[in-house]
Amino acid sequence: MSVDSAKVRAIAELARLAIPTAQEAAIATELSAVLDLFDALAAAPVDALTPLSHPGDPHLRLRADLVTEGDQREAFAVLAPAESAGYYLVPKVIE
Amino acid sequence: MSADLDTVSGQLAALASGATSSHALTERALQRAADAQLPLNALISRVGAQHALAAADAADEARAHGQAGALCGIPYAHKDLFCTAGVATTCASRMLENFVPPYSAAIHERISSAGAVLIGKANMDEFAMGSSNEHSYFGAVHNPWDLTRVPGGSSGGSAALVAARVLPFATGSDTGGSIRQPAALCGVTGLKPTYGRVSRWGMIAYASSLDQAGVIALSVQDCARVLDVMSGFDARDSTSAQRAKIDVAAALALPLKGLRIGRPRQWFGVGIEDGVGAAVENALAQYAKQGASIIDVDLPSSIYAIPAYYVIAPAEASSNLARFDGVRYGHRCNNPIDLADLYKRSRAEGFGHEVQKRILTGTYALSTGYYDAYYVRAQKVRRLIANDYARAFTEVDVIAGPTSPTIAFKLGEKLSDPLALYLADINTVGVNLAGLPALSIPCGFSAGMPVGLQLVAPTWREDLLIGAGHGYQQVTEFHRAAPPAAGQTETVHE
Amino acid sequence: MSNWETVIGLEVHVQLATHSKIFSGASTAYGAEANSQACAIDVGMPGTLPLMNAGAVALAIRFGLAVDARVAERSVFARKNYFYPDLPKGYQISQYELPIVIGGGLAVRLDDNKIKYVQLTRAHLEEDAGKSVHDAFHAETGVDLNRAGTPLLEIVSDPVLSSAAEAVAYLKTLHTLVRWLGVSDGNMQEGSFRCDANVSVRKAGAALGTRAEIKNVNSFRFVEKAIDYEIERQIRLLEAGGTVLQETRLFDAHRGETRSMRGKESAHDYRYFPDPDLPPLVIDAADIEQARSALPELPEARRLRYIDRLNLPEYDASLLTSDRAVSEYFEALLTAVGQPKLCANWVLGDWLGALNAASLSAENSPVDAHRLAGLLLRIVDNSLSSKMAKQVFENLWQSAESADQIIDRLGLKQVSDSGALADVIDTIIAANSKQVEQYRAGNEKLLQFFVGLAMKATKGQANPAQLNDLLRAKLSG
Repeated sequence: MSVDSAKVRAIAELARLAIPTAQEAAIATELSAVLDLFDALAAAPVDALTPLSHPGDPHLRLRADLVTEGDQREAFAVLAPAESAGYYLVPKVIE
Repeated sequence: MSADLDTVSGQLAALASGATSSHALTERALQRAADAQLPLNALISRVGAQHALAAADAADEARAHGQAGALCGIPYAHKDLFCTAGVATTCASRMLENFVPPYSAAIHERISSAGAVLIGKANMDEFAMGSSNEHSYFGAVHNPWDLTRVPGGSSGGSAALVAARVLPFATGSDTGGSIRQPAALCGVTGLKPTYGRVSRWGMIAYASSLDQAGVIALSVQDCARVLDVMSGFDARDSTSAQRAKIDVAAALALPLKGLRIGRPRQWFGVGIEDGVGAAVENALAQYAKQGASIIDVDLPSSIYAIPAYYVIAPAEASSNLARFDGVRYGHRCNNPIDLADLYKRSRAEGFGHEVQKRILTGTYALSTGYYDAYYVRAQKVRRLIANDYARAFTEVDVIAGPTSPTIAFKLGEKLSDPLALYLADINTVGVNLAGLPALSIPCGFSAGMPVGLQLVAPTWREDLLIGAGHGYQQVTEFHRAAPPAAGQTETVHE
Repeated sequence: MSNWETVIGLEVHVQLATHSKIFSGASTAYGAEANSQACAIDVGMPGTLPLMNAGAVALAIRFGLAVDARVAERSVFARKNYFYPDLPKGYQISQYELPIVIGGGLAVRLDDNKIKYVQLTRAHLEEDAGKSVHDAFHAETGVDLNRAGTPLLEIVSDPVLSSAAEAVAYLKTLHTLVRWLGVSDGNMQEGSFRCDANVSVRKAGAALGTRAEIKNVNSFRFVEKAIDYEIERQIRLLEAGGTVLQETRLFDAHRGETRSMRGKESAHDYRYFPDPDLPPLVIDAADIEQARSALPELPEARRLRYIDRLNLPEYDASLLTSDRAVSEYFEALLTAVGQPKLCANWVLGDWLGALNAASLSAENSPVDAHRLAGLLLRIVDNSLSSKMAKQVFENLWQSAESADQIIDRLGLKQVSDSGALADVIDTIIAANSKQVEQYRAGNEKLLQFFVGLAMKATKGQANPAQLNDLLRAKLSG
């Protein structure tokens, strides 16, 4: 499966990764090689099978509806790159 | 008589007899770690000497009061994707270069409670993506057997530390072979448990349905001891299973006589180096000599394992790594113009090339138009592979073969070929896809470099691995072989 | 032009009334200081994992059963991947291909009293995002993750509504139901009940037109205005030869119009896939049946019962079943007192009136049903006149006394003793012979004159009915 620079740009946009224009072609080549691997799946005899998402096929465990966590603002604020008055800050977003 | 101070078992025995103290063992470990840092680069960070010795002294104190935990006083390292409260946890990435979590991974809580002494955080491939430990923001790790060669990955640092006899054990993680393959390339023992055996709480995720924490040590017996401490149900992990503990003593006593060992045709094909193949065949012959039967089995879906893995793992990773956006923690670019710039530049600066590549392929595999053909199909292949193993296990107890098709390759050798490194996982990824437990044990040498034998057991049958592996190590010496430079510092209390 | 048809589908995000979040143990209480209710899981810290809240599952099941939907015995959580500051993990855990509730429907009474059965497509569980604050920081947006992880039930209707009025009627019915069931407090100001409307128009008989989505309208009045505006906008656009874009629009309440969301990408590729951290949710058929038997009597069923069995007028029945707390109050009163109409009058008149005047909700009534019942029983047994009853009620509101205690304290016991009354009447007749003659001559209106005097003489405590009977009897000679 081969991808071109335009496709690389589109995927990079979805993944929010800045890729310099000068590198797009090289990355397209690299990705194409990996995506070639994917094509081998087409031949696999799996049409009668269901996907295996969780090995061992477990069921979801439920937790009682109780408040068990308190205020941890301080502990997390020290990790934040930009924070003020308890809020995380990002460049202004216009909706 | 000099005590065996290199293994967990040896150290525990010496501590119990009073031949040494945790303080002495920790000093020794700290010295060796310092000496090994330049040649191996196996540690990203070291817990300060003061801190480590304080923990060691506390362990000695506990032992003196008859309150020694199962790993009381044993120095060790964590692969640097296990959160350790108050200690930097970087995943070998610029993205988390200065990240100090306020919480700890479940396995850290358990190993600490057992009294072990954390010396440092082991180097690894960035975000566990790699098979050579050349993809680390903090530089490549070097194989102690030959410093010009890779140690394997992604738990390269952990394997190197143990092989060099710096530490008796180190934790690792295995998503596609990341414990087993470096163990094989470094001539040490690595154990990946059944998916769900060990809690993933606090383990920074790469591919959630494949990741499993495990251990690297110098013997199967040591691995079993550490796994015993690490494993167990944790309510904080919805994929954690409620299973009875492994009866380690019974497992160690398992006789090799009558053991049925499967030899998959597909694992011995083209691509296996001659020297590797020969060492593995010798190992199987040794098992036969001990009374085990070697039985040919078929795993026809093996050819689909690599494609399926390289769809599923990057797909899950692309989603797991979306949280690294420069907003709440981790690397943020300078002066972002707007939100889009904040995201794109922080992530491009924070993630290395291999990580970015896998995020891109993973995003692609999940995107509209490709999801069914790639992701869904790969998950069906997963069931196909699991079915193959299940069928094989109706005929045999364990399955054996080379862990890695080659010995440790030269640093830089495979970097220019994007797929070459991926193919190094050819025998290991199927195990993760099926959620099975597996072990790699040293079984010989080729061109002076270690060769590893992989053993795979059915789900929840770590006891079979422990028995088969330990039995082999009782009649062979490969696991005792140390690289020439190891063991230069000796501090033994008599 | 009147040959245009409107097609509306509604998606309502309902915040579930749990104590803790859907995937963590942090509190869901409204109004806390920024980021004080966001634990490591809610902040999306590395290495953290989601844990499913049993309460959220129970409420989703309760809703599903109340709308006659199918509760899936196996449902799957999926990741919806996109980047936004209030979405800490870079994905929202939701449900996609296999939701917990499928189908179902709601009988909606429209303005003209006709019933329209509105089919539901599905309802699924998901986590809420945090909140962005745009105007508090100079050139920046502040992110508060307290709301991140609050459990939501997204309820999707089939696109079967054909006017803004129908849409509002449906929303009101749904709103009453979720509050009735205790599934949500439905507080629209606090964001517990958020409506998105998908609106398109087409010529009668033609294929479905392109729909626009109007997001996050949080009052019934605004929903109606937004939809009406959007219908008109689309018709005008199409009649002028333009095309309707499939896009997301916001309702500008000041201008009364919808506008396209600036800067929002037109196409999101959410790359849904089953969340590997959460195995499938499996619900026992037996548990579903148990939940079904634990369902309360639903508002519509109760409303009909009030009309058919209690003979209450439709107006009373509707009001009494518009709110569960009010209805339960009425039920408790009825059990103690009997007399449905009397209870209804007092609940809908004096009691609700007093609550409204004091800005209190039914749950916070200072007079519980038991104490009010004490008052109504005295009316029923004729020891208290209606006028006196209102006085006693005021006192009930202010104190913790029982009705009897108040009646005693104020000396309000109604005079029903016919002997005492007869004496009073005799005295009055004797003192007012002129009026007595006029009454006997045919001026019946003068009865009130005598009633007034008798009331004055008994300080208002004469039993009016008895007084009337006795007066008539004595005046007739």
